[in-house]
Amino acid sequence: MKLIMAIIKPFKLDEVQAALSPLGIQGLTVSEVKGFGRQKGQTEIYRGAEYQVSFLPKIKVEVAVKAEIADQVVEVICAAAKTDKIGDGKVFVMDIQKAVRIRTGETDGDAL
Amino acid sequence: MTKSKFFAVGGVTAALALGTAAPAHAEVTAETAFILNSLSFLMHGFLVMFMAAGFCLLEAGLVRTKNTSMQLLKNIAIYSVAGIMFWALGYNLMYMDVNGWIGSFMPWSAADPAITEAGFDAAAEQGYAAGSDWFFQMVFVAATASIVSGTVAERIKLWPFMLFTVVLTAIIYPIQGSWTWGGGWLTEMGFSDFAGSSIVHSVGGWAALAGAIVLGARKGKYGPDGRVNPIPGSNLPLATAGTFILWLGWFGFNGGSQLAMGSAADIRDIATIYINTNLAAAGGAVTVMVLTQLIYKKVDLTMVLNGALGGLVSITAAPLTPEPSLAIIIGAVGGVLVVFAVPFFDKLKIDDVVGALPVHLVCGIWGTLAVPLSNSDASFVNQIVGIAAIGAFTFTASLVVWLILKVTVGIRVSDEEEALGLDKTELGLEAYPEFGAGSTGR
Repeated sequence: MKLIMAIIKPFKLDEVQAALSPLGIQGLTVSEVKGFGRQKGQTEIYRGAEYQVSFLPKIKVEVAVKAEIADQVVEVICAAAKTDKIGDGKVFVMDIQKAVRIRTGETDGDAL
Repeated sequence: MTKSKFFAVGGVTAALALGTAAPAHAEVTAETAFILNSLSFLMHGFLVMFMAAGFCLLEAGLVRTKNTSMQLLKNIAIYSVAGIMFWALGYNLMYMDVNGWIGSFMPWSAADPAITEAGFDAAAEQGYAAGSDWFFQMVFVAATASIVSGTVAERIKLWPFMLFTVVLTAIIYPIQGSWTWGGGWLTEMGFSDFAGSSIVHSVGGWAALAGAIVLGARKGKYGPDGRVNPIPGSNLPLATAGTFILWLGWFGFNGGSQLAMGSAADIRDIATIYINTNLAAAGGAVTVMVLTQLIYKKVDLTMVLNGALGGLVSITAAPLTPEPSLAIIIGAVGGVLVVFAVPFFDKLKIDDVVGALPVHLVCGIWGTLAVPLSNSDASFVNQIVGIAAIGAFTFTASLVVWLILKVTVGIRVSDEEEALGLDKTELGLEAYPEFGAGSTGR
């Protein structure tokens, strides 16, 4: 099993979710985060004083999938989240050691 | 109807009109005037009361989430304490048997000699219900007190702050008020402040300034080499709604200061006051919008809000006498002052979280100085004397109280408490408990 974590631009969430559903993905977790990569922040002014906004709002999508479809999921996410402009984000793939469905106690593949 | 019938009816009506004598013009009776004057105090008074909600939302929106509940609490506490102290001591200290410099030390209770068992007694020459005047004046002292709470936000201790509020509302405000509205020496000299640019707003400003100096800036606000670090507010919709509520309440603040509504002339004056009040606010807001765009290349909403309020404070000393065009200019100048005063106080490392000093202190002084521009009964000399006297007294008295509080009970929370946020450390609450213990319900 793999945990796929994608940091994407906030307005791309609906597109990414729509692209994932044909793949049989049964669930995912979404959180609001802030961050920066090579897209630096910018200088803003509040009441006459300048400050650097380094962190930009992003959305983090986490989805646990069977290893066989992991590569496909990554491709689909990238295609949906891409704008060709700086700040599109990144996708990470991690190994899941164990998974449990809380309600039924099913484990690993049955829990996804 | 046909043309001929129309003219016939018209002709008969005209004949009847010419034929009857004009009805005798009824004077407003003393009792009716009494009722209308009292009504003005009461209605304009509750409009000013609602400014407490305005201050509350404005301040809550400009502090960070971790300090929001504390700010909300201070505002409702101030309003309550002000009312009680003004009953217990303040009103009579300001208005009763003023010898020129001070009134009387006793709780409020006033009679209404005009209201007797036999009916209204016009011979008693009482223009309004005594209680209605108490109510109207009370909401003014409450406004003064709430000015201080914005400036010292995010690092002041709750109870020492309330102690200061007690002294401000029971003693400091009433004494300087007795010099003016209580009929004391400043009024006798010719000082003119219609609704309180100096008496309310600059007083709040001076008290806030003294507090900010004694308290010190928030940790991390000012860096080395004169660096100013912004600490953005957490809820701009609240701040904006608060400003609109204050704007609305100001019609009560300035309109009610006509102190009468018992004649056509009075209500016409009140209409003029509403117009000038509104235009001054508009002048301030638009000016700040344009200036921040020019200076900072982006319009700063929080400064526009300050600009509207600064315009309102500026017109408060003379909302009746200016022409509308002058009212706009007076408000616009207030806006200019706000734009430059905000970074100015930062340069002095005086940390004013909401901009109360530019709005209430600086524009309060400007508004008082502007009175002779439209009111020939006032003079610049008298206005300056008043501004200086009120300023010296209020600032000194406030400074003494803040210093006493500082060396006795302490006025500032510790560095750790300031970092955690006053909601957690002083109140044990979260203003926006999104998730965590208890917030998700059972």
